[in-house]
Amino acid sequence: MNSTHLENAGRRDFLRKSALAGGGLVLGFYLNPADSAAKRVAKPSTVLETAEFKPNAFIHIATNGTVTLISKQPEIGQGIKTSLPMVIAEELEVNWKDVVILQGDLDPVYGSQSAGGSRSTPTNYEEFHRLGATARTMLIQAAAELWKLPATELIAKDSAVHHLASGRQLDYGKLVEKASTLPVPAPEAVILKDAKDYKLLGTRIGGIDNPSIVTGKPLFGIDVKLLGMLYAVYEKSPVFGGKAVSANLDQIKSLPGVHNAFIIKGGTDLKGLLPGVAIVADSTWAAFSARKQLKVVWDDGEAAAESWAGFTAKAKELSAQAGTEILRNDGNVKAALEGAAKKVAAAYSYPFISHASIEPQNCTAWYKNGTIEIWAPTQNPEAGQKIVTETLGIPKEKITLHITRSGGGFGRRLIPDYIIEAAAIAQQIKEPVKLTWTREDDLQHDQYRAGGFHFLQGGLNDQGKLIAWHNHFVTFAHKIVKDGKTTLEPGSGANLSGDEFPGRWVENCQLEQSPLECNIPMGPWRAPRSNVLAWVFHSFIDELAHAAGRDPLAFRLEILGDKDIIPGTGKQDLPYDVNRMKHVLQHVAEKAEWGKRTFPRGQGQGLAFHFSHRGYIAQIAEVTVSKEGKLKVDRVVVSTDIGAQIVNLSGAENQVQGSVIDGLSALMFQELNIEKGRIVQSNFGDYPLLRIADTPTRVDVHFLKTDYPVTGLGEPALPPLAPAVCNAIFAATGIRVRQLPLLRTDLSWS
Amino acid sequence: MSKYHLNINGTPKTVNVAADTPLLWVLRDHLNLVGTKFGCGIGQCGVCTVHIDGVPTRACLTPISKVGKSQITTIEGLAKNGDHPLQKVWQELDVPQCGYCQAGQIMTAAALLKKNPQPSDADIDTAMAGNLCRCGTYLRIRAGIHRAAEIASKESA
Repeated sequence: MNSTHLENAGRRDFLRKSALAGGGLVLGFYLNPADSAAKRVAKPSTVLETAEFKPNAFIHIATNGTVTLISKQPEIGQGIKTSLPMVIAEELEVNWKDVVILQGDLDPVYGSQSAGGSRSTPTNYEEFHRLGATARTMLIQAAAELWKLPATELIAKDSAVHHLASGRQLDYGKLVEKASTLPVPAPEAVILKDAKDYKLLGTRIGGIDNPSIVTGKPLFGIDVKLLGMLYAVYEKSPVFGGKAVSANLDQIKSLPGVHNAFIIKGGTDLKGLLPGVAIVADSTWAAFSARKQLKVVWDDGEAAAESWAGFTAKAKELSAQAGTEILRNDGNVKAALEGAAKKVAAAYSYPFISHASIEPQNCTAWYKNGTIEIWAPTQNPEAGQKIVTETLGIPKEKITLHITRSGGGFGRRLIPDYIIEAAAIAQQIKEPVKLTWTREDDLQHDQYRAGGFHFLQGGLNDQGKLIAWHNHFVTFAHKIVKDGKTTLEPGSGANLSGDEFPGRWVENCQLEQSPLECNIPMGPWRAPRSNVLAWVFHSFIDELAHAAGRDPLAFRLEILGDKDIIPGTGKQDLPYDVNRMKHVLQHVAEKAEWGKRTFPRGQGQGLAFHFSHRGYIAQIAEVTVSKEGKLKVDRVVVSTDIGAQIVNLSGAENQVQGSVIDGLSALMFQELNIEKGRIVQSNFGDYPLLRIADTPTRVDVHFLKTDYPVTGLGEPALPPLAPAVCNAIFAATGIRVRQLPLLRTDLSWS
Repeated sequence: MSKYHLNINGTPKTVNVAADTPLLWVLRDHLNLVGTKFGCGIGQCGVCTVHIDGVPTRACLTPISKVGKSQITTIEGLAKNGDHPLQKVWQELDVPQCGYCQAGQIMTAAALLKKNPQPSDADIDTAMAGNLCRCGTYLRIRAGIHRAAEIASKESA
């Protein structure tokens, strides 16, 4: 395929060039979990070019000493393109400045390439150590054979193998040829470095793409440009699930710069190719301009009657009835509430919100002779490939998918709707084409964080101990057909686990759920479920603590109890390490001097913790609320336990601070209204995000080093922020926030 | 379609586009200068910020017909070798997360520092109010502007 970037040579071009220029050799390794020994696929130099064109290597060392590492997971701002290669580089004993990192295309040889669920680090960490250590072992062995010395007398350091006794050294580039003839050592012959000897891990390493970012080099999906490329827009029904009946296509085709306009029939899957009208033009602006003249007759379908006001009324109605599903039923909640010394009841609600990744969805595709080449800013390239096969009938082996850097992900780019739209347009026009969504498309056709309604009751005994917890959760659901029966299933990210804290801890606990049917697309939003459940539950726990006249920290520690581990129950079956949570909670309390400071009215501290994505995180927020009700978050203190090692300290701190600010942005401003089955908001004018002035003055981040496996940090630091801030607002003003976003609640006080 | 003679990053360029084409799309689609980003199209997010005669301006709201003989500077032309103090500091402090908004942040910050070499936090908040960062890198943006100001003052001392 003759695809050529105008601006940046593709990966293969790069490899071809470096192979020709360096005449180098390669150490390549499959990452195959079933074959835990990293398997060498390197070939001698004569067949190097062929070997290199297979994108199956994570490590490539050229004879000139350049070390090229492949990043398999998409980079969406979480820093994975820097951090995972750091793990290999650490074990390989290479100088970071010698390392080049390339983004791998979608290829099964890399294993899973999806970036979601904060899983990239925990699922690859051990294996990446092994990859680097295996290569290092082989390089040492190569030197041993060249020098005819025992390998035990040699060490690897600074991209070279050294014989300290004689002062001899051989750079890696000079060892490549020999190393690539050696057998892969058995796993037990490969020794991983001791953590105390790490030089790279745990230090601050800047993002590998930073030089390109600050100088405006092409990096992102939207920057892709192919020779002869056309530009497309795609208009879908403003009512979710609406069909395009007809459009003024002849008029549109006559407009300046327009090459083509056509209706795509599409289907009904809200995560798939939906009906719409494509306009293809010779520039983005020509396509945008033509779209302003587009008139489509839509068949709105049933969803046109949906509204947020309607949903709210229906939720209240449902809350008065028994839930349709019991998620947890411990003890006797009814009797416990009746017998409680004190009872508290409250209703909490939150709206749908959008991901609003700052780079609008886009995708470039080129369909040619039954094959398709795709460039996508995606978190989930496998899903992109799958949907193209399923929808357009193009077999997997005829799909090439290049992963570009993404201008933010937050879960949005796990869903490949924009990829299939670009592919469908490309298949029709058979020319290279870039589809660009406008911000309006992006906000009005997202896979939203679901709204929800919680009707809570809690009971305290005469000691002020929490003895009863009842929640009726009314959640948004889609109609699905399961085993021949039509049923309502909570949307993605709209489900509640019966294990969610404080389920499993309170002796009388009942969690009920009722579905609210809608046709709104729902999808994972950074820390799905947790991003709001933590707010609801830790706000209500705070209400109970204050009702009991107890210190909110002591009240929470009492709930957590004395058991080390609380085993999982039900479907999730995820154990909860109580000690780890108590540890971060006590740590954050100490750092923020909880209970040791007095605040004037209008100022206060609030506390929350949450376990998600394998991470244990506690936060304390300090706020000032002016008499007029203006909130300023003065400081957030975060204590995290994500295991034994922080990979990249700079990146990790960025993720925590970003999570805090993201959480605050959602808490303060974000809300989508629904009228006549449509999203009312259309752009950042009516869907504001947090700006610099509202940023907390300080965010203090503490990483507790523990003996547990290393886990991810893209998500778990977000959930505790909202309840910590709302609990601080209560401490400052006595005002309890029970509805999101914050601007729905008058915070003024006198 | 009309011909427009532009001065971009000190280089003359000629494009043949519709009069209402925003400078943003002229840069991105016609001149292959893709460092200037598209975010909202209504001047709300600031990712398309360029300098027109030194003034930070939203390229998405600037029709090409209004540009005239103005000097346009994009992130690609901010410093000859990509070594503006802000570009250096942004790497030193590892400011970017996804990085998409950062060209716009740097362009706005560069104009601020030119006018006000030692900005306070409040000055920064005011000047940077039009630039959204969805990842929430604001703390490092603020620190980065202070640090660049510090470096510049040492260099000029």
